[in-house]
Amino acid sequence: MIEFHGVSKRFADGTLAVDDFSLLIPSRKTTVLVGSSGCGKTTLLRMINRMVDPTSGYVDIDGDGIAAMPPVSLRRSIGYVMQNSGLLPHRKVIDNVATVPLLTGVPKKEAHARALELLDTVGLDRSLADRYPSQLSGGQQQRVGVARGLAVNPNILLMDEPFGAVDPIVRADLQHELIRLQRDLDKTVVFVTHDIDEAFLLGDQVVILQVGAHIEQQGAPSDILANPANEFVADFVGSARGKRRLMVDETADSRGDDLVLIDGAGYPAGVVDAPGGVLPGAGSSPKSRSISNKTDQAGDA
Amino acid sequence: MQWLWENRDLVFGLSLEHVRLSVIPIIGGFIACIPLGWLANRFRMTRAIQLTIFGILFTIPSLALFVTLPSVLGTKILNPINVVVALTIYAIAIMVRGAADAFASVPRDVIESANAVGFSSASRFWTVEFPLAGPVLLANLRVVSVTTVSLLSVGALVGNGALGYLFINGYQRDFPTEIMIGIVFTLVIAVVFDQILVLIGRILMPWARRPRRSPRALMVRGAA
Ligand SMILES: Nc1ncnc2c1ncn2[C@@H]1O[C@H](COP(=O)(O)OP(=O)(O)O)[C@@H](O)[C@H]1O
Ligand SMILES: [Mg+2]
Repeated sequence: MIEFHGVSKRFADGTLAVDDFSLLIPSRKTTVLVGSSGCGKTTLLRMINRMVDPTSGYVDIDGDGIAAMPPVSLRRSIGYVMQNSGLLPHRKVIDNVATVPLLTGVPKKEAHARALELLDTVGLDRSLADRYPSQLSGGQQQRVGVARGLAVNPNILLMDEPFGAVDPIVRADLQHELIRLQRDLDKTVVFVTHDIDEAFLLGDQVVILQVGAHIEQQGAPSDILANPANEFVADFVGSARGKRRLMVDETADSRGDDLVLIDGAGYPAGVVDAPGGVLPGAGSSPKSRSISNKTDQAGDA
Repeated sequence: MQWLWENRDLVFGLSLEHVRLSVIPIIGGFIACIPLGWLANRFRMTRAIQLTIFGILFTIPSLALFVTLPSVLGTKILNPINVVVALTIYAIAIMVRGAADAFASVPRDVIESANAVGFSSASRFWTVEFPLAGPVLLANLRVVSVTTVSLLSVGALVGNGALGYLFINGYQRDFPTEIMIGIVFTLVIAVVFDQILVLIGRILMPWARRPRRSPRALMVRGAA
Protein backbone atom coordinates (compact mmCIF):
# COMPACT_ATOMS: atom_id res chain seq x y z
CA MET A 1 0.00 0.00 0.00
CA ILE A 2 1.33 3.40 -1.03
CA GLU A 3 -0.08 6.55 0.50
CA PHE A 4 0.37 10.16 -0.60
CA HIS A 5 -0.40 12.58 2.21
CA GLY A 6 -0.96 16.16 1.09
CA VAL A 7 2.04 16.04 -1.22
CA SER A 8 3.21 19.10 -3.16
CA LYS A 9 6.20 19.58 -5.41
CA ARG A 10 7.55 22.92 -6.53
CA PHE A 11 10.60 22.67 -8.79
CA ALA A 12 13.56 25.03 -8.48
CA ASP A 13 12.30 27.09 -11.43
CA GLY A 14 9.01 27.77 -9.62
CA THR A 15 6.80 25.24 -11.45
CA LEU A 16 4.19 23.81 -9.10
CA ALA A 17 4.01 20.34 -10.65
CA VAL A 18 2.00 18.70 -7.86
CA ASP A 19 -0.36 20.63 -5.63
CA ASP A 20 -1.59 19.06 -2.39
CA PHE A 21 -2.09 15.54 -3.68
CA SER A 22 -3.45 12.74 -1.49
CA LEU A 23 -4.15 9.20 -2.65
CA LEU A 24 -4.22 5.67 -1.35
CA ILE A 25 -2.80 3.10 -3.75
CA PRO A 26 -3.91 -0.38 -2.69
CA SER A 27 -1.53 -3.35 -2.73
CA ARG A 28 -1.68 -5.99 -5.42
CA LYS A 29 -3.85 -3.88 -7.66
CA THR A 30 -3.14 -1.80 -10.73
CA THR A 31 -3.64 1.90 -10.21
CA VAL A 32 -3.49 4.04 -13.32
CA LEU A 33 -2.74 7.75 -13.16
CA VAL A 34 -4.11 9.29 -16.32
CA GLY A 35 -4.03 12.87 -17.56
CA SER A 36 -2.70 15.10 -20.28
CA SER A 37 0.97 15.75 -20.75
CA GLY A 38 2.43 18.05 -18.11
CA CYS A 39 -0.20 17.39 -15.47
CA GLY A 40 2.36 15.96 -13.03
CA LYS A 41 2.07 12.19 -13.55
CA THR A 42 5.79 11.50 -13.87
CA THR A 43 6.53 13.70 -10.88
CA LEU A 44 4.02 11.71 -8.80
CA LEU A 45 5.52 8.41 -9.87
CA ARG A 46 9.05 9.58 -9.09
CA MET A 47 8.03 10.59 -5.62
CA ILE A 48 7.40 6.92 -4.89
CA ASN A 49 11.04 5.92 -5.44
CA ARG A 50 12.53 9.23 -4.30
CA MET A 51 13.80 10.35 -7.66
CA VAL A 52 11.83 13.44 -6.70
CA ASP A 53 11.35 14.48 -3.08
CA PRO A 54 8.16 16.37 -2.18
CA THR A 55 8.43 20.02 -1.18
CA SER A 56 5.74 19.36 1.41
CA GLY A 57 3.64 16.40 2.49
CA TYR A 58 4.95 12.84 2.62
CA VAL A 59 4.69 9.43 1.03
CA ASP A 60 4.36 6.15 2.95
CA ILE A 61 4.89 2.61 1.77
CA ASP A 62 3.08 0.09 3.96
CA GLY A 63 2.88 2.70 6.68
CA ASP A 64 6.57 3.63 6.70
CA GLY A 65 7.64 7.09 5.59
CA ILE A 66 9.98 6.80 2.61
CA ALA A 67 11.67 10.12 3.41
CA ALA A 68 13.80 8.21 5.91
CA MET A 69 14.78 5.48 3.45
CA PRO A 70 18.08 5.77 1.53
CA PRO A 71 17.10 6.53 -2.10
CA VAL A 72 19.49 4.06 -3.75
CA SER A 73 18.34 1.00 -1.83
CA LEU A 74 14.70 2.12 -2.06
CA ARG A 75 14.99 2.33 -5.85
CA ARG A 76 16.63 -1.07 -6.05
CA SER A 77 13.61 -2.54 -4.28
CA ILE A 78 11.06 -1.02 -6.66
CA GLY A 79 10.66 -1.92 -10.34
CA TYR A 80 10.68 1.00 -12.77
CA VAL A 81 9.75 0.83 -16.44
CA MET A 82 9.81 3.89 -18.63
CA GLN A 83 9.03 5.01 -22.14
CA ASN A 84 11.81 4.23 -24.65
CA SER A 85 12.75 1.41 -22.29
CA GLY A 86 15.70 3.33 -20.75
CA LEU A 87 17.86 0.27 -21.34
CA LEU A 88 21.63 0.62 -21.13
CA PRO A 89 22.70 0.64 -24.79
CA HIS A 90 26.15 -0.73 -24.04
CA ARG A 91 24.96 -3.83 -22.24
CA LYS A 92 23.52 -6.98 -23.70
CA VAL A 93 19.87 -7.79 -23.11
CA ILE A 94 20.71 -10.34 -20.44
CA ASP A 95 22.89 -7.88 -18.53
CA ASN A 96 20.21 -5.23 -18.83
CA VAL A 97 17.65 -7.55 -17.29
CA ALA A 98 20.14 -8.47 -14.57
CA THR A 99 21.17 -4.85 -13.93
CA VAL A 100 19.87 -4.53 -10.38
CA PRO A 101 20.80 -8.03 -9.14
CA LEU A 102 24.33 -7.41 -10.48
CA LEU A 103 24.41 -4.02 -8.73
CA THR A 104 23.46 -5.61 -5.45
CA GLY A 105 26.18 -8.23 -5.76
CA VAL A 106 24.22 -11.31 -6.83
CA PRO A 107 26.73 -13.68 -8.51
CA LYS A 108 26.74 -13.27 -12.27
CA LYS A 109 25.77 -16.86 -12.98
CA GLU A 110 22.76 -16.73 -10.73
CA ALA A 111 21.68 -13.30 -12.02
CA HIS A 112 21.91 -14.49 -15.61
CA ALA A 113 19.94 -17.66 -14.95
CA ARG A 114 17.17 -15.59 -13.40
CA ALA A 115 17.34 -13.09 -16.28
CA LEU A 116 16.76 -15.90 -18.79
CA GLU A 117 13.69 -17.01 -16.88
CA LEU A 118 12.43 -13.44 -16.94
CA LEU A 119 12.80 -13.33 -20.72
CA ASP A 120 10.40 -16.29 -20.79
CA THR A 121 8.07 -14.48 -18.42
CA VAL A 122 7.77 -11.45 -20.67
CA GLY A 123 7.45 -13.55 -23.81
CA LEU A 124 10.87 -13.00 -25.35
CA ASP A 125 12.94 -15.69 -26.99
CA ARG A 126 16.09 -16.58 -25.06
CA SER A 127 18.08 -16.25 -28.25
CA LEU A 128 17.78 -12.47 -27.84
CA ALA A 129 19.80 -12.55 -24.62
CA ASP A 130 23.10 -11.71 -26.33
CA ARG A 131 21.77 -8.86 -28.44
CA TYR A 132 22.30 -5.23 -27.68
CA PRO A 133 19.15 -3.15 -27.15
CA SER A 134 19.62 -1.34 -30.47
CA GLN A 135 19.28 -4.69 -32.20
CA LEU A 136 15.72 -5.15 -30.91
CA SER A 137 12.40 -3.74 -32.07
CA GLY A 138 10.67 -1.12 -29.94
CA GLY A 139 8.19 -3.66 -28.57
CA GLN A 140 10.96 -6.09 -27.68
CA GLN A 141 12.86 -3.32 -25.91
CA GLN A 142 9.82 -2.53 -23.80
CA ARG A 143 9.52 -6.20 -22.87
CA VAL A 144 13.15 -6.18 -21.77
CA GLY A 145 12.35 -3.06 -19.76
CA VAL A 146 9.53 -4.91 -18.02
CA ALA A 147 11.79 -7.92 -17.38
CA ARG A 148 14.38 -5.61 -15.82
CA GLY A 149 11.68 -4.07 -13.64
CA LEU A 150 10.77 -7.53 -12.37
CA ALA A 151 14.34 -8.73 -11.80
CA VAL A 152 14.45 -8.24 -8.05
CA ASN A 153 10.90 -9.53 -7.70
CA PRO A 154 9.75 -6.20 -6.28
CA ASN A 155 6.40 -5.71 -4.59
CA ILE A 156 5.92 -2.44 -6.41
CA LEU A 157 6.22 -1.83 -10.14
CA LEU A 158 6.20 1.76 -11.42
CA MET A 159 5.45 2.18 -15.11
CA ASP A 160 5.75 5.57 -16.82
CA GLU A 161 3.99 5.48 -20.20
CA PRO A 162 5.85 2.25 -20.95
CA PHE A 163 3.94 1.56 -24.15
CA GLY A 164 3.69 5.13 -25.37
CA ALA A 165 6.29 4.87 -28.11
CA VAL A 166 5.34 1.62 -29.83
CA ASP A 167 2.87 1.18 -32.67
CA PRO A 168 -0.77 0.42 -31.78
CA ILE A 169 -0.73 -3.28 -32.58
CA VAL A 170 2.40 -3.97 -30.56
CA ARG A 171 1.01 -1.73 -27.80
CA ALA A 172 -2.15 -3.82 -27.60
CA ASP A 173 0.02 -6.93 -27.40
CA LEU A 174 2.03 -5.48 -24.56
CA GLN A 175 -1.06 -4.32 -22.70
CA HIS A 176 -2.60 -7.77 -22.78
CA GLU A 177 0.69 -9.30 -21.76
CA LEU A 178 0.75 -6.99 -18.77
CA ILE A 179 -2.77 -8.02 -17.80
CA ARG A 180 -1.70 -11.66 -17.97
CA LEU A 181 1.50 -10.96 -16.01
CA GLN A 182 -0.37 -9.09 -13.34
CA ARG A 183 -2.79 -12.00 -12.95
CA ASP A 184 0.18 -14.27 -12.19
CA LEU A 185 2.42 -11.91 -10.27
CA ASP A 186 0.04 -9.82 -8.19
CA LYS A 187 2.24 -6.73 -7.90
CA THR A 188 1.26 -3.29 -6.76
CA VAL A 189 1.41 -1.61 -10.14
CA VAL A 190 1.34 2.17 -10.54
CA PHE A 191 0.90 2.91 -14.21
CA VAL A 192 1.05 6.34 -15.81
CA THR A 193 -0.50 7.12 -19.18
CA HIS A 194 -2.23 9.88 -21.11
CA ASP A 195 -4.37 7.33 -22.94
CA ILE A 196 -7.77 6.84 -21.30
CA ASP A 197 -8.44 3.63 -23.24
CA GLU A 198 -5.23 2.18 -21.84
CA ALA A 199 -6.19 3.38 -18.35
CA PHE A 200 -9.59 1.68 -18.50
CA LEU A 201 -8.10 -1.49 -19.93
CA LEU A 202 -5.38 -1.92 -17.32
CA GLY A 203 -6.60 -0.17 -14.21
CA ASP A 204 -8.38 -1.65 -11.23
CA GLN A 205 -8.35 1.90 -9.96
CA VAL A 206 -8.14 4.83 -12.35
CA VAL A 207 -7.20 8.33 -11.20
CA ILE A 208 -7.97 11.14 -13.62
CA LEU A 209 -5.70 14.14 -13.17
CA GLN A 210 -5.62 17.76 -14.23
CA VAL A 211 -2.71 20.21 -14.19
CA GLY A 212 -0.99 20.27 -10.80
CA ALA A 213 -2.00 16.63 -10.28
CA HIS A 214 -5.47 17.71 -9.15
CA ILE A 215 -7.65 14.64 -8.91
CA GLU A 216 -10.79 15.06 -11.00
CA GLN A 217 -12.10 11.60 -10.26
CA GLN A 218 -10.88 8.26 -8.99
CA GLY A 219 -12.51 4.88 -8.97
CA ALA A 220 -13.06 1.70 -10.93
CA PRO A 221 -13.31 2.23 -14.69
CA SER A 222 -16.97 1.20 -14.68
CA ASP A 223 -17.81 3.75 -11.97
CA ILE A 224 -16.08 6.55 -13.83
CA LEU A 225 -17.75 5.61 -17.08
CA ALA A 226 -21.17 5.28 -15.51
CA ASN A 227 -20.93 8.36 -13.30
CA PRO A 228 -18.44 10.91 -14.55
CA ALA A 229 -17.90 13.37 -11.68
CA ASN A 230 -17.96 16.44 -13.87
CA GLU A 231 -17.89 17.80 -17.36
CA PHE A 232 -14.12 17.51 -17.62
CA VAL A 233 -14.18 13.82 -16.82
CA ALA A 234 -17.10 13.16 -19.13
CA ASP A 235 -15.23 14.89 -21.88
CA PHE A 236 -11.95 13.17 -21.07
CA VAL A 237 -13.38 9.66 -21.07
CA GLY A 238 -15.28 10.46 -24.23
CA SER A 239 -18.79 9.76 -23.04
CA ALA A 240 -19.77 13.39 -23.57
CA ARG A 241 -18.93 13.05 -27.23
CA GLY A 242 -20.95 9.89 -27.48
CA LYS A 243 -17.83 7.86 -28.20
CA ARG A 244 -18.56 5.41 -25.42
CA ARG A 245 -22.28 5.08 -26.00
CA LEU A 246 -22.63 2.08 -28.22
CA MET A 247 -25.80 0.97 -29.92
CA VAL A 248 -26.71 -1.74 -32.34
CA ASP A 249 -26.54 -0.57 -35.93
CA GLU A 250 -30.09 -1.16 -37.10
CA THR A 251 -29.36 -0.09 -40.64
CA ALA A 252 -26.67 -2.69 -41.24
CA ASP A 253 -27.90 -5.71 -43.11
CA SER A 254 -27.10 -8.87 -41.19
CA ARG A 255 -25.02 -10.58 -43.80
CA GLY A 256 -23.00 -12.28 -41.09
CA ASP A 257 -24.01 -13.51 -37.69
CA ASP A 258 -22.60 -10.55 -35.83
CA LEU A 259 -24.50 -7.42 -34.91
CA VAL A 260 -22.50 -4.26 -35.53
CA LEU A 261 -22.25 -1.71 -32.73
CA ILE A 262 -21.87 1.97 -33.55
CA ASP A 263 -20.93 4.88 -31.33
CA GLY A 264 -22.76 8.18 -30.92
CA ALA A 265 -21.19 9.58 -34.05
CA GLY A 266 -22.29 6.59 -36.10
CA TYR A 267 -18.83 5.05 -36.50
CA PRO A 268 -18.64 1.27 -36.21
CA ALA A 269 -17.08 0.46 -32.83
CA GLY A 270 -17.28 -3.32 -32.66
CA VAL A 271 -19.55 -6.30 -32.81
CA VAL A 272 -21.73 -8.05 -30.26
CA ASP A 273 -20.06 -11.28 -29.33
CA ALA A 274 -23.19 -13.38 -29.04
CA PRO A 275 -24.37 -16.10 -31.36
CA GLY A 276 -27.56 -15.18 -33.08
CA GLY A 277 -27.01 -11.57 -32.16
CA VAL A 278 -28.82 -11.78 -28.84
CA LEU A 279 -27.46 -9.23 -26.40
CA PRO A 280 -26.23 -10.91 -23.22
CA GLY A 281 -28.42 -8.68 -21.07
CA ALA A 282 -28.08 -5.85 -18.58
CA GLY A 283 -25.33 -7.51 -16.55
CA SER A 284 -22.48 -6.55 -18.83
CA SER A 285 -20.22 -3.94 -17.34
CA PRO A 286 -18.42 -1.46 -19.58
CA LYS A 287 -15.19 -3.30 -18.87
CA SER A 288 -16.70 -6.55 -20.13
CA ARG A 289 -14.36 -7.76 -22.81
CA SER A 290 -17.24 -9.41 -24.66
CA ILE A 291 -17.94 -6.14 -26.40
CA SER A 292 -14.86 -5.52 -28.43
CA ASN A 293 -13.96 -1.87 -28.53
CA LYS A 294 -11.19 -0.53 -30.71
CA THR A 295 -8.41 -1.35 -28.27
CA ASP A 296 -9.40 -4.98 -28.01
CA GLN A 297 -9.73 -5.32 -31.73
CA ALA A 298 -6.15 -4.27 -32.12
CA GLY A 299 -5.19 -6.79 -29.48
CA ASP A 300 -6.70 -9.63 -31.40
CA ALA A 301 -4.97 -8.64 -34.59
CA MET B 1 66.98 4.18 -49.38
CA GLN B 2 70.72 3.88 -49.23
CA TRP B 3 70.79 6.67 -46.66
CA LEU B 4 68.04 5.06 -44.63
CA TRP B 5 69.90 1.74 -44.55
CA GLU B 6 73.12 3.37 -43.45
CA ASN B 7 71.35 5.36 -40.75
CA ARG B 8 68.86 2.73 -39.67
CA ASP B 9 70.00 2.81 -36.07
CA LEU B 10 69.54 6.56 -35.90
CA VAL B 11 66.10 6.48 -37.55
CA PHE B 12 64.97 3.53 -35.46
CA GLY B 13 66.16 5.21 -32.27
CA LEU B 14 64.46 8.49 -33.18
CA SER B 15 61.23 6.62 -34.00
CA LEU B 16 61.24 4.89 -30.62
CA GLU B 17 61.91 8.24 -28.99
CA HIS B 18 59.01 9.71 -31.00
CA VAL B 19 56.64 7.01 -29.80
CA ARG B 20 57.81 7.38 -26.22
CA LEU B 21 57.54 11.19 -26.12
CA SER B 22 54.11 11.33 -27.77
CA VAL B 23 52.43 8.48 -25.88
CA ILE B 24 52.75 10.28 -22.54
CA PRO B 25 50.93 13.48 -23.61
CA ILE B 26 48.21 11.48 -25.40
CA ILE B 27 47.45 9.31 -22.39
CA GLY B 28 48.00 12.15 -19.91
CA GLY B 29 45.72 14.48 -21.86
CA PHE B 30 43.04 11.80 -22.04
CA ILE B 31 43.13 11.08 -18.33
CA ALA B 32 43.08 14.78 -17.44
CA CYS B 33 40.10 15.36 -19.72
CA ILE B 34 37.84 12.84 -18.01
CA PRO B 35 37.30 14.86 -14.81
CA LEU B 36 37.55 18.15 -16.73
CA GLY B 37 34.94 17.07 -19.26
CA TRP B 38 32.67 15.72 -16.56
CA LEU B 39 32.93 18.97 -14.60
CA ALA B 40 32.38 21.09 -17.70
CA ASN B 41 29.31 19.10 -18.64
CA ARG B 42 27.96 19.23 -15.10
CA PHE B 43 28.52 22.89 -14.32
CA ARG B 44 28.11 25.47 -17.02
CA MET B 45 30.47 27.91 -15.32
CA THR B 46 33.35 25.44 -15.24
CA ARG B 47 32.89 24.76 -18.90
CA ALA B 48 33.23 28.45 -19.78
CA ILE B 49 36.27 28.86 -17.53
CA GLN B 50 37.99 25.74 -18.89
CA LEU B 51 37.35 26.65 -22.49
CA THR B 52 38.78 30.13 -21.90
CA ILE B 53 41.89 28.95 -20.09
CA PHE B 54 42.75 26.22 -22.56
CA GLY B 55 41.71 28.40 -25.48
CA ILE B 56 44.34 30.94 -24.39
CA LEU B 57 46.97 28.27 -23.72
CA PHE B 58 46.35 26.85 -27.16
CA THR B 59 47.05 30.19 -28.85
CA ILE B 60 50.58 30.30 -27.35
CA PRO B 61 52.89 29.25 -30.20
CA SER B 62 54.38 25.86 -29.49
CA LEU B 63 57.94 27.11 -29.79
CA ALA B 64 57.28 29.89 -27.28
CA LEU B 65 55.85 27.33 -24.87
CA PHE B 66 58.86 25.02 -25.34
CA VAL B 67 61.31 27.80 -24.46
CA THR B 68 59.34 29.32 -21.57
CA LEU B 69 58.43 26.08 -19.81
CA PRO B 70 61.97 25.47 -18.46
CA SER B 71 61.79 28.67 -16.43
CA VAL B 72 58.27 27.85 -15.23
CA LEU B 73 59.09 24.23 -14.35
CA GLY B 74 62.66 24.94 -13.28
CA THR B 75 63.98 22.36 -15.73
CA LYS B 76 66.93 22.53 -18.13
CA ILE B 77 66.06 23.60 -21.66
CA LEU B 78 67.15 20.27 -23.11
CA ASN B 79 65.08 18.23 -20.66
CA PRO B 80 62.42 16.25 -22.60
CA ILE B 81 59.96 16.96 -19.77
CA ASN B 82 59.44 20.41 -21.29
CA VAL B 83 58.19 19.04 -24.57
CA VAL B 84 56.06 16.41 -22.85
CA VAL B 85 54.42 19.00 -20.60
CA ALA B 86 53.80 21.38 -23.48
CA LEU B 87 52.25 18.66 -25.61
CA THR B 88 50.08 17.53 -22.70
CA ILE B 89 48.76 21.07 -22.37
CA TYR B 90 47.93 21.10 -26.08
CA ALA B 91 46.31 17.68 -25.83
CA ILE B 92 44.05 18.91 -23.04
CA ALA B 93 43.33 22.12 -24.93
CA ILE B 94 42.29 20.19 -28.02
CA MET B 95 40.26 17.65 -26.11
CA VAL B 96 38.59 19.53 -23.30
CA ARG B 97 35.65 20.77 -25.36
CA GLY B 98 35.22 17.36 -26.96
CA ALA B 99 35.28 15.67 -23.57
CA ALA B 100 32.47 17.90 -22.34
CA ASP B 101 30.57 17.11 -25.54
CA ALA B 102 31.22 13.41 -24.96
CA PHE B 103 29.54 13.46 -21.56
CA ALA B 104 26.75 15.61 -22.96
CA SER B 105 26.20 12.95 -25.65
CA VAL B 106 25.07 10.40 -23.08
CA PRO B 107 21.28 10.20 -23.50
CA ARG B 108 19.41 11.92 -20.69
CA ASP B 109 16.84 9.12 -20.38
CA VAL B 110 19.56 6.49 -19.96
CA ILE B 111 20.99 8.45 -17.03
CA GLU B 112 17.51 8.86 -15.57
CA SER B 113 16.75 5.20 -15.91
CA ALA B 114 20.09 4.34 -14.29
CA ASN B 115 19.02 6.54 -11.39
CA ALA B 116 15.58 4.97 -11.36
CA VAL B 117 16.85 1.42 -10.96
CA GLY B 118 19.26 2.40 -8.19
CA PHE B 119 22.76 3.13 -9.47
CA SER B 120 24.82 5.10 -6.97
CA SER B 121 26.46 8.20 -8.50
CA ALA B 122 29.89 6.57 -8.60
CA SER B 123 28.77 3.35 -10.23
CA ARG B 124 26.60 5.33 -12.63
CA PHE B 125 29.61 7.38 -13.69
CA TRP B 126 32.03 4.49 -14.20
CA THR B 127 29.65 1.92 -15.62
CA VAL B 128 27.18 4.08 -17.54
CA GLU B 129 28.30 7.64 -18.30
CA PHE B 130 31.98 6.97 -18.98
CA PRO B 131 31.47 4.02 -21.34
CA LEU B 132 28.65 5.78 -23.17
CA ALA B 133 30.82 8.87 -23.59
CA GLY B 134 33.41 6.50 -25.09
CA PRO B 135 32.70 6.89 -28.81
CA VAL B 136 32.92 10.71 -28.70
CA LEU B 137 35.93 10.57 -26.36
CA LEU B 138 37.63 8.21 -28.80
CA ALA B 139 36.91 10.45 -31.78
CA ASN B 140 38.57 13.34 -29.94
CA LEU B 141 41.43 11.20 -28.76
CA ARG B 142 42.22 10.30 -32.37
CA VAL B 143 42.56 13.97 -33.24
CA VAL B 144 44.79 14.50 -30.21
CA SER B 145 46.91 11.50 -31.15
CA VAL B 146 47.62 12.66 -34.70
CA THR B 147 48.22 16.25 -33.59
CA THR B 148 50.62 15.24 -30.84
CA VAL B 149 52.66 12.99 -33.10
CA SER B 150 53.12 15.75 -35.68
CA LEU B 151 53.56 18.60 -33.17
CA LEU B 152 56.33 16.76 -31.36
CA SER B 153 58.69 17.45 -34.29
CA VAL B 154 58.71 21.14 -33.39
CA GLY B 155 60.49 20.13 -30.20
CA ALA B 156 63.58 19.49 -32.36
CA LEU B 157 64.17 23.24 -32.25
CA VAL B 158 64.86 22.91 -28.51
CA GLY B 159 66.65 19.63 -28.88
CA ASN B 160 63.79 17.22 -28.16
CA GLY B 161 61.85 16.56 -31.29
CA ALA B 162 62.62 12.91 -31.92
CA LEU B 163 62.05 12.45 -35.67
CA GLY B 164 61.90 16.24 -35.96
CA TYR B 165 65.69 16.08 -35.74
CA LEU B 166 65.71 14.70 -39.27
CA PHE B 167 63.85 17.80 -40.53
CA ILE B 168 66.34 20.21 -39.00
CA ASN B 169 69.36 18.15 -39.90
CA GLY B 170 68.12 17.57 -43.44
CA TYR B 171 67.36 21.26 -43.84
CA GLN B 172 70.76 22.36 -42.55
CA ARG B 173 72.55 19.89 -44.83
CA ASP B 174 70.19 20.70 -47.71
CA PHE B 175 69.42 16.97 -47.94
CA PRO B 176 65.73 16.40 -48.90
CA THR B 177 65.90 12.59 -48.55
CA GLU B 178 66.45 12.91 -44.81
CA ILE B 179 63.46 15.26 -44.52
CA MET B 180 61.31 12.84 -46.54
CA ILE B 181 62.32 9.94 -44.29
CA GLY B 182 61.38 12.04 -41.27
CA ILE B 183 57.95 12.80 -42.74
CA VAL B 184 57.28 9.19 -43.74
CA PHE B 185 58.21 7.79 -40.34
CA THR B 186 56.16 10.45 -38.52
CA LEU B 187 53.20 9.58 -40.72
CA VAL B 188 53.60 5.87 -40.10
CA ILE B 189 53.65 6.43 -36.34
CA ALA B 190 50.54 8.61 -36.57
CA VAL B 191 48.68 6.01 -38.62
CA VAL B 192 49.73 3.14 -36.37
CA PHE B 193 48.59 5.06 -33.26
CA ASP B 194 45.29 5.83 -34.94
CA GLN B 195 44.70 2.22 -35.91
CA ILE B 196 45.56 1.06 -32.40
CA LEU B 197 42.98 3.50 -31.01
CA VAL B 198 40.36 2.29 -33.46
CA LEU B 199 41.10 -1.29 -32.49
CA ILE B 200 40.88 -0.54 -28.77
CA GLY B 201 37.53 1.15 -29.45
CA ARG B 202 36.25 -1.92 -31.29
CA ILE B 203 37.27 -4.21 -28.48
CA LEU B 204 36.00 -2.08 -25.62
CA MET B 205 32.84 -0.80 -27.31
CA PRO B 206 31.38 -3.62 -29.38
CA TRP B 207 27.92 -2.11 -28.87
CA ALA B 208 28.89 1.09 -30.70
CA ARG B 209 29.14 -0.62 -34.07
CA ARG B 210 26.30 -0.08 -36.49
CA PRO B 211 23.21 -1.84 -35.19
CA ARG B 212 21.83 -4.70 -37.21
CA ARG B 213 18.34 -4.19 -38.56
CA SER B 214 15.75 -5.02 -35.95
CA PRO B 215 14.84 -8.67 -36.19
CA ARG B 216 11.11 -8.34 -35.69
CA ALA B 217 10.49 -11.86 -36.88
CA LEU B 218 11.99 -13.31 -33.72
CA MET B 219 9.51 -11.58 -31.48
CA VAL B 220 7.39 -14.10 -29.66
CA ARG B 221 3.82 -13.02 -29.28
CA GLY B 222 2.07 -13.32 -25.92
CA ALA B 223 1.08 -16.85 -25.05
CA ALA B 224 -2.27 -15.87 -23.49
N1 LIG C 1 12.97 18.82 -13.16
C1 LIG C 1 12.01 19.73 -13.43
N2 LIG C 1 12.24 21.04 -13.29
C2 LIG C 1 11.29 21.95 -13.54
N3 LIG C 1 10.04 21.66 -13.95
C3 LIG C 1 9.74 20.36 -14.12
C4 LIG C 1 10.70 19.32 -13.87
N4 LIG C 1 10.11 18.13 -14.12
C5 LIG C 1 8.86 18.41 -14.50
N5 LIG C 1 8.62 19.75 -14.50
C6 LIG C 1 7.36 20.42 -14.83
O1 LIG C 1 6.37 19.93 -13.95
C7 LIG C 1 5.15 19.72 -14.65
C8 LIG C 1 4.73 18.27 -14.53
O2 LIG C 1 5.68 17.48 -15.22
P1 LIG C 1 5.53 15.91 -15.33
O3 LIG C 1 5.36 15.33 -13.99
O4 LIG C 1 6.69 15.42 -16.13
O5 LIG C 1 4.20 15.75 -16.17
P2 LIG C 1 3.63 14.52 -16.99
O6 LIG C 1 4.45 13.31 -16.67
O7 LIG C 1 2.21 14.39 -16.55
O8 LIG C 1 3.72 14.89 -18.43
C9 LIG C 1 5.38 20.20 -16.07
O9 LIG C 1 4.95 21.52 -16.18
C10 LIG C 1 6.87 20.10 -16.22
O10 LIG C 1 7.32 21.06 -17.15
MG1 LIG D 1 5.55 12.13 -18.01
